[in-house]
Amino acid sequence: MMGLTPQETKSLGLGALLIALAALLPLFDDGFYLSISVNIVLYAALCTSWALFSGPTHYVSLATAAFYGLGTYSVGLGIELLPYPLLLLIAAAIGAVMAGLVGAATLRISGVYFVIFTFGLAELVRQLVTWTQTKFSTAMGLYVFTEMTESHIYWMLLALTGAVFLTSFLIARSRLGFAMTVIGNDETVARHVGIDTARSKIILFMISGAFIAIAGAITAPRYIYIEPPSAFNPMISFLVVIMALLGGTKRLWGPLVGVIPFTIVMDFISSNFPNHTMIVVGLAFLAIVYLIPHGVTGLLENAQARWTKRSAPAAVAEEKPA
Amino acid sequence: MTAALSIRAARKAFGGLVAVNDVSFEVKQGELLGLIGPNGSGKTTMLNLISGALPPTAGEILLDGKRISGLPAHAIARQGVSRTFQLVRVLPSLDAEENVMSGAVFGRVRLWGEDARRIARVLLDRVGLGDRAHMPVAAMTYIDQKRVELARALAADPRVLLLDEWLAGLNPSELQIGISLIDELHREGRTIVMVEHVMDAIRSLCDRCVVMSSGRMIAEGGVSETLSDPEVVRAYLGDDDA
Ligand SMILES: Nc1ncnc2c1ncn2[C@@H]1O[C@H](COP(=O)(O)OP(=O)(O)O)[C@@H](O)[C@H]1O
Ligand SMILES: [Mg+2]
Repeated sequence: MMGLTPQETKSLGLGALLIALAALLPLFDDGFYLSISVNIVLYAALCTSWALFSGPTHYVSLATAAFYGLGTYSVGLGIELLPYPLLLLIAAAIGAVMAGLVGAATLRISGVYFVIFTFGLAELVRQLVTWTQTKFSTAMGLYVFTEMTESHIYWMLLALTGAVFLTSFLIARSRLGFAMTVIGNDETVARHVGIDTARSKIILFMISGAFIAIAGAITAPRYIYIEPPSAFNPMISFLVVIMALLGGTKRLWGPLVGVIPFTIVMDFISSNFPNHTMIVVGLAFLAIVYLIPHGVTGLLENAQARWTKRSAPAAVAEEKPA
Repeated sequence: MTAALSIRAARKAFGGLVAVNDVSFEVKQGELLGLIGPNGSGKTTMLNLISGALPPTAGEILLDGKRISGLPAHAIARQGVSRTFQLVRVLPSLDAEENVMSGAVFGRVRLWGEDARRIARVLLDRVGLGDRAHMPVAAMTYIDQKRVELARALAADPRVLLLDEWLAGLNPSELQIGISLIDELHREGRTIVMVEHVMDAIRSLCDRCVVMSSGRMIAEGGVSETLSDPEVVRAYLGDDDA
């Protein structure tokens, strides 16, 4: 809680180094590899933001598309009026407020209702935006013209992912992080030691929602033309859940283990079998939930635990004189 | 002087079952009150109403003259009510020190960092776990987990401490240590409500006791006269419908 341990210093240094290395990519390629890397960092940012809340609380949110779409629309609506960095902040604020409202309404109820509510919410927001647009404007979408190149978007998403990691790290060392650990252990004890459990969860959800909205705002220039079906695409919500669960949410970097392979596979499928993406997503979802509920990182940790357990008694046995 | 804790016609109904039936009593500042009664008489439910684990169906509960009934458990904890649970509840993924720190960090005193750690160390020493501060509590014996739980409750420096059969399950020598520990807390002026079945402990520790049976309070007063009250004897011998 005070200074950094050597382990923490090492992790922070390693994280910074990896981001710096990844930032060099646009210098080598600005075609296919950059494009798929934008997808990878986008989902890295989305999944770590999602896991920031869903990891410790075990609440599965399907509202990612809502926050993302709101971020995208903040830029779409404001790009002619306000400077871009300000739009990112506005997107963050809108994401946080939306998450706060949803959280206040739902986080006191059980997890199942939360999943359904967040899914319904994303659809509702999409319909509202569509309705507002057809009512007050003739166009179905919004044009976003900027000077932003794919490289700029890539760098910004990379910075955002770094910011999410740093935030998770700082939260873990804060009262809020300790509160979440206690809640994860025993919610009754948490309440009885004085933790406002609902408030802690809502704050975490707001932080997560803000980051997801920023990701949407950063990616907006990539669409050029923004429409509700693409900005509020429910597929985004599902992919985020799948990738984060595939990687595992117990560790900060867990979701990344799912993001990289899955983005590549999805890219392959959607370019070669564009009509079958839903099937693949559905099957992947079932397979992950049934076969590796704690994700790849969970599998690795279990394997490691088994390995140490098996070798520990052996070591003791060796010490005994024959 | 206002009572540390006032229970006024507290009632809790679970459907048709009235687990706490219009119970009223007071706990004075610095008093150690024993809450006794046969199994299922509503003692734990009474503590649940005080700590806010359950909202009362009717009646009110005041802490130092301020109403706490109706507040959520975390708010009551911050006002200065700490408790242990009949079936011990520890934070299994944390070590003993972190378990105790949780009480200091979020409770009435709201310390952080080294301050919270220091309190945790002192209290772990106090309950006899000074050498096991970094032991994962999941690996501890039931008794040691109970000690961790008591230290966690004390870490908030509570105005009222609620103990739900904290002495249950201790062997004779542990019981002696446990009793002298509670006695010490009492001497320091801590206000304690203790649900207990161990009669020796009640006799040697409590200033007063309240006896419940089938949700009702059937007796209240000094320990020896209460325990010899015919109605109390009948309740304990199972003559009553408990
Ligand atoms: N959460 C609950 N829901 C329904 N009934 C309960 C609940 N808690 C306690 N009871 C019932 O209330 C009565 C009193 O229980 P309790 O307060 O645990 O008694 P004691 O601690 O004196 O043994 C029992 O009949 C018990 O079954
Ligand atoms: Mg009980």
